[in-house]
Amino acid sequence: MKKRTIKNIKIDVDKCNGCRACEVICSAFHAVPKYSSNNPARSRIRVIHDPLRDIYVPVYAGEYTVAECAGRDKYVIDGKEYDECAFCRAACPSREEFKEPDSGLPLKCDMCEGEEEPLCVKWCLVDALTYEEREEEVEVEEEEAPDEIEIGLETLINKHGLDKILDTVEQLAKDKG
Amino acid sequence: MRYAETGINLEIDLSRGNIEKVATDPKETELYLGGLGTNTKLLWDRVPPEVDAFSPDNLLIFGAGLLCGTPATGCNRTIVSTISPQTGLMAFSMMGGFWAPELKYAGYDKIVLRGKSPDLVYLWIHNDKVEIRDASHLRGKGAIETAEIIKRELNEPRAQVAAIGLAGENRVYYASIEQGRSSASRGGIGAVMGDKGVKAIAVRGTKDISVARPEEFLALCNEVLEYIKYREEHPIPGVMPILAGLGSPQEMKIHDEKWHTENFMWGNSRTRRKGFWTEEIEKEWTETMEKARTRLISCFNCPMKCGATISMPGLPTYMMKCFTKLTYTMAAYSDLDFGLRIAQKATEYGLDGFSAPQVMAFALELLENGILSKDDFPGMPEDNEGRFFYLLDMIVHRKGIGDTLAKGTYWAAKEIGNGAEDYAHNTIKKHEQLPLKLSMLNPIYFLMYSTGEKINITQIEGQFPQAPFPSREAREEFVKDWIQVPDEKFKQYFLDWEPRGENSIPYYPTVQMTCEIVDWQERMHYIDDALGQCAGLSSFPLKPPYHIHNYPKFISAGAGIAMDEEKLTEAAKRYRTLVRAINIRRGMRRKDEKPPENHWKHRFPELEKELLDTYYKFKGWNEEGIPTKETLESLGLDYVAREFLERGILSDDETAATDENREAVTETANQ
Repeated sequence: MKKRTIKNIKIDVDKCNGCRACEVICSAFHAVPKYSSNNPARSRIRVIHDPLRDIYVPVYAGEYTVAECAGRDKYVIDGKEYDECAFCRAACPSREEFKEPDSGLPLKCDMCEGEEEPLCVKWCLVDALTYEEREEEVEVEEEEAPDEIEIGLETLINKHGLDKILDTVEQLAKDKG
Repeated sequence: MRYAETGINLEIDLSRGNIEKVATDPKETELYLGGLGTNTKLLWDRVPPEVDAFSPDNLLIFGAGLLCGTPATGCNRTIVSTISPQTGLMAFSMMGGFWAPELKYAGYDKIVLRGKSPDLVYLWIHNDKVEIRDASHLRGKGAIETAEIIKRELNEPRAQVAAIGLAGENRVYYASIEQGRSSASRGGIGAVMGDKGVKAIAVRGTKDISVARPEEFLALCNEVLEYIKYREEHPIPGVMPILAGLGSPQEMKIHDEKWHTENFMWGNSRTRRKGFWTEEIEKEWTETMEKARTRLISCFNCPMKCGATISMPGLPTYMMKCFTKLTYTMAAYSDLDFGLRIAQKATEYGLDGFSAPQVMAFALELLENGILSKDDFPGMPEDNEGRFFYLLDMIVHRKGIGDTLAKGTYWAAKEIGNGAEDYAHNTIKKHEQLPLKLSMLNPIYFLMYSTGEKINITQIEGQFPQAPFPSREAREEFVKDWIQVPDEKFKQYFLDWEPRGENSIPYYPTVQMTCEIVDWQERMHYIDDALGQCAGLSSFPLKPPYHIHNYPKFISAGAGIAMDEEKLTEAAKRYRTLVRAINIRRGMRRKDEKPPENHWKHRFPELEKELLDTYYKFKGWNEEGIPTKETLESLGLDYVAREFLERGILSDDETAATDENREAVTETANQ
């Protein structure tokens, strides 16, 4: 049996007051040495902020994508059009967000490893950000084995067709039985 | 390496279009801290008293507080300093929001503007790149509208924009600078910005701000956040709701306006409406506010939610905080719906929400009393609310009588004559104040109003309760965890303060105690104004998270300046005295240091004289309110002493100015 921890920051945009304390503490935590400097442009969370249209969306950085995505849909919120990009969690070649401002290297949220909870959550006194952690127990062999067989079988089916595989399995079962 | 600050000021000569980045002296920071402190030093050094508000030689300084841009919670204020067109004295208005930290991240502590641009321009500051850009297409645009247009044309939604509206462009003496949810309103600094031909300053920064001792600094920030949470759960019992918690008065959140509407005066500080707040009104106003308010919002790095987004049907969205919610309503004897509608327009015009409504009510009072006639208001609508919208436009466009009213009640009354001056009865040092007319003289407030260099009777108060608590038990309970006191004696002063009897106002707190209380409250405000800390988490509310005992630690760990309570107190006293020195050099004297004549009904001339005499002495000022040579030298302000002697403001052999000198000074000031 193996335990796996799922970490998540739940975002409630209705509660966000737009103060950007999350950006402040994130950039301070990740400074070297720790807390030695502050610069929200280096933060791994940012608040998309358009007060006159009541848009307050904290977004934290996800995986880096090496290529631009195909989807660039438009979203209309309260009459204003937003590019899908604006709310994306990934750093990618086509956008500046979640990259170190000077080196251009991508940034990713690490849930403030070593802390009890991500510090953006701790500093969000209005509770727009809450930390969720759940532990999942996984039985390594039982769960992983079928996956492997499944993948293997699927490859075989793709190659020889389902009927042929079923016939073969039947044949083998008879032989062994 | 400089900590907390960048060590660079941006100097812009608008007449020549010259931009310079100037390294500042760290020694100055140690002496004057930053923000208001170093702004004041620049004004003293470079704006002599002969320079008036609308001279190209007047400076307009946008200073970020010393700790802005660090993680210090609620530290986000821009301190804008200049010479006020209305008072002729130094103005230092402040705004919260997001602008000051952004300036720090761009790499600058201050923007110092001098000269005048021949054409309307805006400034675009993006890290090292600084541009003066044409703003002719923004002429006449609203302040919020301008910010939106600029962000769009720069394609920089994250730029922070401080802008003026038409009031600033047309040099209305009480024009503000607006920045998102906040504004620097008092003293007419928006008029100076307009006079300099600057429509807006947009800034975007992506650089680091460092602190000297990181772990220690963060621990202090976490303590403040913990305390904010604690106070949220433990509001102060027995005081009105707006004083029970933290933050700037939570006007956007609370619906119970009984206290404001019944204790403050309506019109131009004219009538108190006891019994106004009925269930019906409460229901109606609550509905108006609930419908208008989209969200409660905060300034940079602050959880307090003092502001709100307001959307009135059919009008563009704007943001508001604090008492402007009621100023237009009460000036016009109208309702909240009207107040929120006209405030939308006034915010776009960029007007001080305290002065503007009073000036409009003043004009209508003059009309009602035959001092102005119908001919002075051509085309004015008949209905009450229509008249206010009409006046707003006349003032901002400076049309007809609006041109006179644009100077505020003091100057307008002088120009109008014919007895108008009797109606301009709510100014201190020529500047309109909150409409309060009270009964019994309050010695603490008497001194704060008289001697406050901010020339604004709100947010100069703070850490000492505004009134005695009714029972000894309640007072004992209050002092139990009163950690903010600089000295234990203040607890005793408060414990012995009774609502009635021997130990009640006006003779208690005693004159000496009053001086000490005022000095403490003032000290905290001046520290905030140098650090860029919002008063809402410090000098303004009772039992705040920032106080004299943890501030030195913040400065030491943040800015790397060795600091203790004594040194901090002295620094605050130094630049506080320098603000006064600027005003003294511009002719301010004891005769100017008084609250509105009818502010209190019951007055005590002898006590008032004693209060002023004792406070002047306590502060080391002579009987004219001029800091003495000894005081100045003890604070390292020898250069001020020298100039005072040269100008005959002080004389060589004595500390008090003679009558002869005083006359000479008055003459100089009048020239």
